[in-house]
Amino acid sequence: MGKAWTFEDNLNTDEIIPGRFNITIDPLELAKNVFCEIKPDYAKNVKPGDVIVGGQNFGCGSSREHAPIAIKGSQAKCVIAASYARIFFRNAVNIGLPILECPEAAADIKEGNDVDVNLATGEIFNRTNGRQYQARPLPQFVLKIAEAGGIVNFLKEHDIQELMA
Amino acid sequence: MGTLIEEIFSRKAGRPVQAGEILLLDVDYIMSHDNTTPLAIKAFRDIGKPIYDKSRIVLHLDHAYPAPNVLAAENHKKIIEFVREQGLPHFYHQGVCHQVMIEEGYVTPGAVVIGADSHSNTYGAMGAFGAGLGSTEIAVAWVTGKCWFKVPETIRIELTGKAQSGVYAKDVMIYIAGMMGMDGGTYRSVEFGGDYIESLPMNERIVFPNMSTEIGAKCGLIAADDVTINYLETQTPAKGPFEKIVPVNPRYERVIQIDVSSLAPQVSCHPDVDHVKPLEEVVGLEVHEVYIGTCTNARYEDIEIVANMLKGKKVNPFTRVIVTPASERIYRKAMKNGLIEILLEAGCTVTGTGCGACIGRHGGILAAGERALTTMNRNFIGRMGSPQAEIYLASPATAAATALAGKIADPRELL
Ligand code: SF4
Repeated sequence: MGKAWTFEDNLNTDEIIPGRFNITIDPLELAKNVFCEIKPDYAKNVKPGDVIVGGQNFGCGSSREHAPIAIKGSQAKCVIAASYARIFFRNAVNIGLPILECPEAAADIKEGNDVDVNLATGEIFNRTNGRQYQARPLPQFVLKIAEAGGIVNFLKEHDIQELMA
Repeated sequence: MGTLIEEIFSRKAGRPVQAGEILLLDVDYIMSHDNTTPLAIKAFRDIGKPIYDKSRIVLHLDHAYPAPNVLAAENHKKIIEFVREQGLPHFYHQGVCHQVMIEEGYVTPGAVVIGADSHSNTYGAMGAFGAGLGSTEIAVAWVTGKCWFKVPETIRIELTGKAQSGVYAKDVMIYIAGMMGMDGGTYRSVEFGGDYIESLPMNERIVFPNMSTEIGAKCGLIAADDVTINYLETQTPAKGPFEKIVPVNPRYERVIQIDVSSLAPQVSCHPDVDHVKPLEEVVGLEVHEVYIGTCTNARYEDIEIVANMLKGKKVNPFTRVIVTPASERIYRKAMKNGLIEILLEAGCTVTGTGCGACIGRHGGILAAGERALTTMNRNFIGRMGSPQAEIYLASPATAAATALAGKIADPRELL
């Protein structure tokens, strides 16, 4: 169970973490400034298990990996959005940040709602209004990468072939 | 059976694949440059495994080369040390990465080539799959030789007709960007075809996949034909036989038909690539710099168009006109054929090869309040220096006409 933090359509990587903070790739350092300009209270108040809810084209802009790293470093459980920018999607998968695509949930969930997410099945339950939404379940390989904490960690322990096995 | 991307991926996977499937594929080449290699080296050390196949790695110094500052110099030093330590055989500082990849024969029909650069889409001009990725994925591919891909849906852009004199591939592509918008091709493979595309030489074709990045596409593809294979056989060291992979009973998400015959020259205006106007509407705007360069339009034929238009004339004395050939091969040919002499005579500055002013590191940075007209592929705010500068994108011919006038001008009056 976690609290929802909601964001607009076309949220770009600079709004997730402004370029001037990208001199580090340490997740906890980046997390200190995540969303600092558009939601300054997020970094202080986010709790492990909270979820980020975005609109269309979440994470557009630069191809830098700092944006998903910063969100993951903030201990958010996952991102739910109507759609994602392509490179953000790949980067999020590779660094092990679970991202769900669900336009219904993205449109319906309000800031502060209590939300439960089952990553394996894609079920999203909004405790505040009692509604349930269904995202496409994440592919197995994405869950494996997320479980290992990112593709770099996955490769330390496994052969890449095991991703698709 | 399928779209061009489904056909290319099916061959790699060894079985028929369809849009929506996720595949783990062998990659033929893994490209990175001075901007993106340092982070990949860090991820590589983190993984702690050896390189899978050194001959698949191609490294370039082009984004800020020769180094304009200490930070760039440190990056180059780090990369050169890595190349020596690992004994990597393919290392270049002979021009813009994408141009050198094509010239040196790394990109062949059906190949899967990934790059830590968003314009790796360029390789689609040879009927190859090319896509840009983050640095971590590059390191993953170094140690595994593989990369995962979701097979994309395809938008087919069917281009027909004959372009008028003074209208080039760049004008047509800018028009497409304006029509589709910056997210018009997101996640999609954009297939360019039709009798217009088939009639174009390679240097013009490259513009379309190169700028497919600007409409958000995962890749931009042109099916290989006799023109492609002739180019590969005569202009590159690539060894055949080459297969002409074509779409077979494709199912497209969308087909867009464009007749190019009535199209006028086009300009992408400040501050977005899809802020497109016909040239007539911006003629007369004062310009402080004309920049002819980049992986989009600094090939030999582009420089030839400019030199032919400037021959025996002088560019506007208050306009900086900078020409950065995309590669050393292009530079040498232009020198041998007297084009460089013509450009210098006309008052242009000709720089060394590489990305040059494209990302505002060196070689033509803009001051606040200045306006540039360039042959680049994107005009994001601040890209060439000051965030208070404006960037307009156009063809090499429009750039040459503008260089003479000191304000945006129509090349059709000079051709
Ligand atoms: S020339 Fe410009 S667009 Fe092309 S690779 Fe270099 S920086 Fe990127």
